[in-house]
Amino acid sequence: MAGKESVIHTMVTIDWRIRRIGQTVFTVWAVITLSFALVRLMPGSIMGSMVSRLAQQGYNPAQIRELIDSRLTIDPDQPIPAAYAEYTINMLQGNLGESVYYAEPVVDILARALPWTLFVLSWAVFISFFIGIAVGALMAYWEGGKLDVGLTSYAVVIGSIPYYVLAILLLIFLAYHGPFPSSGRQPAGVEPGFTWVYISGIIEHAALPIISMLVASGVASLGMRGNSIRVLGEDYLRVARLRGLSDIRISTQYVSRNAILPMYTTFLISIGEMFGGSVVLEQVFQYRGLGFYLFSALNQRDYPLMMGGFVVITVAIVIALLIADLTYSLVDPRAGGQNNESY
Amino acid sequence: MTDTNRDHRTDGGNAVDGDASPFDIVSEYEETEADKLRKLYDAYVYTPIAIIWTDWRARIGFTIMLGYVLMGVVGPTFVEQTEVLEGPALAAPFETMEYPLGTDNMGRDLLSQTIYSTNTILKMVAAGATSTVLIGTIVGSIAGYKGGMTDTVLSSITDVFINIPGFPLVMVLGLMFDDVLLGNPWAVGLLLSVAAWGGLARSIRSQVLTLRQESFVESSRAMGLPTRTIVFKDIIPHLMPFVVINLTNAGRRVIFEAVALYYLGILPFQNLNWGSILNLAYGANAHTRLAALHWFLVPMVAIVVISIGLILLGQSLDRVFNPRVRARHEKTTAEVDDEVEDGHTVGGL
Repeated sequence: MAGKESVIHTMVTIDWRIRRIGQTVFTVWAVITLSFALVRLMPGSIMGSMVSRLAQQGYNPAQIRELIDSRLTIDPDQPIPAAYAEYTINMLQGNLGESVYYAEPVVDILARALPWTLFVLSWAVFISFFIGIAVGALMAYWEGGKLDVGLTSYAVVIGSIPYYVLAILLLIFLAYHGPFPSSGRQPAGVEPGFTWVYISGIIEHAALPIISMLVASGVASLGMRGNSIRVLGEDYLRVARLRGLSDIRISTQYVSRNAILPMYTTFLISIGEMFGGSVVLEQVFQYRGLGFYLFSALNQRDYPLMMGGFVVITVAIVIALLIADLTYSLVDPRAGGQNNESY
Repeated sequence: MTDTNRDHRTDGGNAVDGDASPFDIVSEYEETEADKLRKLYDAYVYTPIAIIWTDWRARIGFTIMLGYVLMGVVGPTFVEQTEVLEGPALAAPFETMEYPLGTDNMGRDLLSQTIYSTNTILKMVAAGATSTVLIGTIVGSIAGYKGGMTDTVLSSITDVFINIPGFPLVMVLGLMFDDVLLGNPWAVGLLLSVAAWGGLARSIRSQVLTLRQESFVESSRAMGLPTRTIVFKDIIPHLMPFVVINLTNAGRRVIFEAVALYYLGILPFQNLNWGSILNLAYGANAHTRLAALHWFLVPMVAIVVISIGLILLGQSLDRVFNPRVRARHEKTTAEVDDEVEDGHTVGGL
């Protein structure tokens, strides 16, 4: 009998994972379609304004057609369904067109920028959730005590400071009037490689963007507190206290393990928000990552780079979420199946 | 529960005198229109305010928000719009009564700029928060209640909007529609809600999934009421606490994103707002000299304080609806209630 049950269980799990992957594919498709619609279909569309700008610069129609085709990977004379099919195929093959401003393929620019953004993001996510979860668990455990009230007010205040406000303040006090570099992503005049000077230089440049993103941890710990309070009513905690276990052990092993799980959605959504936030932060600190190029493309009206940046950021988030979701069922065996959505 | 005299029946109802069927009994009291109005006022206006007022968070939050609303709505009629070369360049704050918050590099009064900005920002918040919550609630409750194919379609759309990074999408759309958005704060609010409703729709949906099993929904369905009526009359009223709390979160988000868009200079501006003040300060390199620091600090403080007000308000509204929120979240409600009598908010965000 056990064998049969486990077979059914495996089938449900596979079904859920396939559905989740299908959902990812659907999102990627939706984003590509959305970008095509913005470029080609909307009234006053991007392609229209590029064509008229090129015409003003004195290109003849044949040259314009060729330029648009190579930059946007859309042939203006093609009927819309054919253009859409070609655009989608190009996108899937990694051909995102050519940047007007930098005059090189969009993919090359973005591929150089992506690792730097991921570097900053992964540290920020890691540190903020570590702090948020630890502090939140303690807060909930000492519910109503002075420490809790103090920390809650702290979290309210921290949650009220937009990350870019903190970033500007850090830039003023720690970069322009302090030891940290005010722009760039790596030390000037140092050979890239595994040398101490280079690595410490990179960390120095990334430090302020990472600290700015940590602001999210205030919000994270509030969510954690709410979840912890729910767990606190459980009987096994009373038993644990009766057994005389230490506060630290109860809060880390008993409360946090069970309260972290519902935090997962918050965690997932915050990855997306941090990615979005990186656009602003990289501009503030002139940190040449994905967001920086997306912003500079917006400023220069460099539409191919702008659309490429948008699609790449979205795909990066969607894949990150997919990986997180699939691995989550390893952390919490109850996850997956029907209940997957509701938390 | 101990009052056993009143509960004669096992289901907790009262025994009826004599042989009269419960359906034949006429109420002893007659209710006039005025009574009804007073009851409505008691239930929806007086009681919530009375509960809220006992909480320090609420008092602070309400006062802050009232201050901003006054500043945004009444302020512009008392304070003149500032002009270039009105005062000395970069006058420091808190030194003269004429320019209480100092001036910028062109001698424009920062207090006046802040007051006029508040007006613009409040319009964005009103439009953005309302439309975010409306779309999220309607999509989420219809998806959750209808189920089946409708649910699959609506949930897939919701998932796409949750997964697409909100800020970059808003940036791109903002650039494309910049002529519509110029000088129209309501439109900016609407734009910002495009990327914000997904998360709310998902959580509303999962709450509706439990509500749809309730007997009162089932009886409405058995009576053959149309879906529209069931969703709007039976289900959404039960979600109101959650929806109202999310209104404050949505408002905070609108402020943060709008200010970021204007700070980066992605959206063109006619009317000043806190973001465009930051943008002007950054453009004038105010971050490289400490003498111009107040140019940044004034709009920043305005943003942080209104956000504190919104968070505190949200947490205290949580309390108004708390009996239900608690009962839903805690297993040992009765015991915990005694211990946490002073009612710390549960699940603040």
